[in-house]
Amino acid sequence: MSTLKVLLKKEVLQFKRNAFLPRLVVAFPIMIMLIIPWVTTMDVRHVNVSVVDNDHSQMSQRIINKINASEYLTLHSVTGSFDLSFKSLEHGDVDAILEIPQDFEKGFVTGRTKKLSISANSVNATKGSLGSQYLAQTLAASIKEMRARLSPAQVGDLVLIQNRYNPTLEYRNFMIPAILVILIIIITGFLPALNLVSEKEAGTIEQINVTPVSRFSFTLAKLIVYWVAGLIVITIALIVAWLVYGQTAVGSLLTIYTGAFLFILVISGFGIIASNISSTMQQAVFFMYFFVMVFMLMSGLLTPIESMPQWAQRVTYVLPPRYFISIMRSVFMKGATFYDMRFNFLALASLAVVMNLGAALTYRKRS
Amino acid sequence: MDTSTLAIEVKGISKSYGTVKALDKVSLDVRRGEIFGLIGPDGAGKTTLFKILVTLLNADEGTATVDGLDIVKDYRTIRSRVGYMPGKFSLYPDLTIEENMEFFATLFGVTVEQNYDLVAPIYKQIEPFKKRRAGRLSGGMKQKLALSCALIHKPSVLFLDEPTTGVDAVSRSEFWDMLHNLREQGLSILASTPYMDEASRCDRIALCNTGRVLDIDSPQHMVEKFDGRIYGIKSHNMYDLLKELRDNRCISSCYTAGEYHHLLAGAGFDLGDLKQRLIAKGHSDVEIKSIVPNIEDIFIKLLSNEQY
Repeated sequence: MSTLKVLLKKEVLQFKRNAFLPRLVVAFPIMIMLIIPWVTTMDVRHVNVSVVDNDHSQMSQRIINKINASEYLTLHSVTGSFDLSFKSLEHGDVDAILEIPQDFEKGFVTGRTKKLSISANSVNATKGSLGSQYLAQTLAASIKEMRARLSPAQVGDLVLIQNRYNPTLEYRNFMIPAILVILIIIITGFLPALNLVSEKEAGTIEQINVTPVSRFSFTLAKLIVYWVAGLIVITIALIVAWLVYGQTAVGSLLTIYTGAFLFILVISGFGIIASNISSTMQQAVFFMYFFVMVFMLMSGLLTPIESMPQWAQRVTYVLPPRYFISIMRSVFMKGATFYDMRFNFLALASLAVVMNLGAALTYRKRS
Repeated sequence: MDTSTLAIEVKGISKSYGTVKALDKVSLDVRRGEIFGLIGPDGAGKTTLFKILVTLLNADEGTATVDGLDIVKDYRTIRSRVGYMPGKFSLYPDLTIEENMEFFATLFGVTVEQNYDLVAPIYKQIEPFKKRRAGRLSGGMKQKLALSCALIHKPSVLFLDEPTTGVDAVSRSEFWDMLHNLREQGLSILASTPYMDEASRCDRIALCNTGRVLDIDSPQHMVEKFDGRIYGIKSHNMYDLLKELRDNRCISSCYTAGEYHHLLAGAGFDLGDLKQRLIAKGHSDVEIKSIVPNIEDIFIKLLSNEQY
């Protein structure tokens, strides 16, 4: 039996004997895929609106009905004074206040339009800004309707907005490729790193180090197990995305798997560096966490890279997830081809070489 | 001495961890086919020396050969020729006895069957449990498995770092019997132990403390060349006796050793005078007898020689 084969056999045996790991590899992607797409939504729903109606006209009533009918807005109350509505806002019962001025209808008909005012609670910036936007959109829609009734000949909207590739602006479509990235980081980055450090902690690595086994085959045997685990995890996640959310990749699966495998190479190399420079699990976990935080928050996973300051955008060029996330989203949602994403693939491949070179250089059989 | 007759040759090896000097110019030779004991308390540098010799650690200075091979230049060849049993049990606890044996055999490019004869006397004792995971074995069984795994590739030199620590007295004695068997088969063995009583089971020993070798000789010869006078002493009040003897300037050292205190005579020591004095201080049932020093006595004397 060759050395690599016996090492591989040992790793597989240990993996299977572990009461926790095989279950984790199956349960983890399923749980994450079932829960996270539902909860990580940037869509703001149920914005509570209080209307201060100073006009008491047919038109103000129409606006109130429109708010009541909206999917995103909930009519909390209609009051006669701003102070009363503001109290509810301070209480937290109301997210936005719409004030309809006196003689609004009259002004609308005569052309001397009075202004509607919106005040939103922006402690939660997303909810505040999106809430007031929804409210403004609703108002615009009802005003348009009324205009149309006054003069049916009026031209329609000058601006037409179309959301390509994600027509319903479903946040989930944006999140699922990102979740795959997180899964890979955890399964193929953390697990091999912790496995290697645990051999240090248990002292078993000493027994291995006095054998003629080369460090390369010893590490490679470990990695192969986690590479396979990583690919299984992605497959499970893709199946869940298809069965539960009806989402399938627009582009080719081969492109997705190629990108995933390159990313797995990068991350597992990174995990080995972490394990090489730490002598305890605690150190390894802290080291990994530091970078994983940066990976998650700076790679365009949650917030777009384009909205970061210039210096930060430059930093993102060395972050491997940046390229993989971009590949995943483009292939998954737009159907981009391997050729379209060639620069991202090239960058990932180069980072894979750099990381694994670093892993080889930091490994030492004797100190 | 011709190098080929030496299993291990250490010349002026030093190693520091930061400001702590773990080994200070250690030199020693282990002949082929002998059991060499490295005897010393915790912190003597035993484990550090082992790690350097099995090529896990680089020495700061000095040279050494194992099986005639340089530990720096020929480290790869050395790794296939030595068996190493670390102080801490370090086989895979989630693999069975059988799997551990096969695993290590294959790493060295041999099969368990090939060298079965060598390990059989030890392995047979644990073979009935070969389907059991190593993590669930008793201390003595773990030790036998570790020794079997260290032997499976038929090494020419065996390194045993505190193999008997944490093992009961009967198992310890059995273990040394096994080592003697292995020596008969031509293996050279370097073993360390903090237990002074195990010194007599070695062919030659090195007494070491805080990174230095105090003396190297066979245990018998060490006793024979002991040049001090040593006595066992007891009275009805052992605690006060110890304090008094330690205050006595004619006694170079005195320490508890079971039923009797051992005392090492210094300059101007007179037996009759001491007895008189103790009785005058109110000690009754005073008994003093001349004794043959054991390795512990020798070790303590060597230590006190160093200090004064």
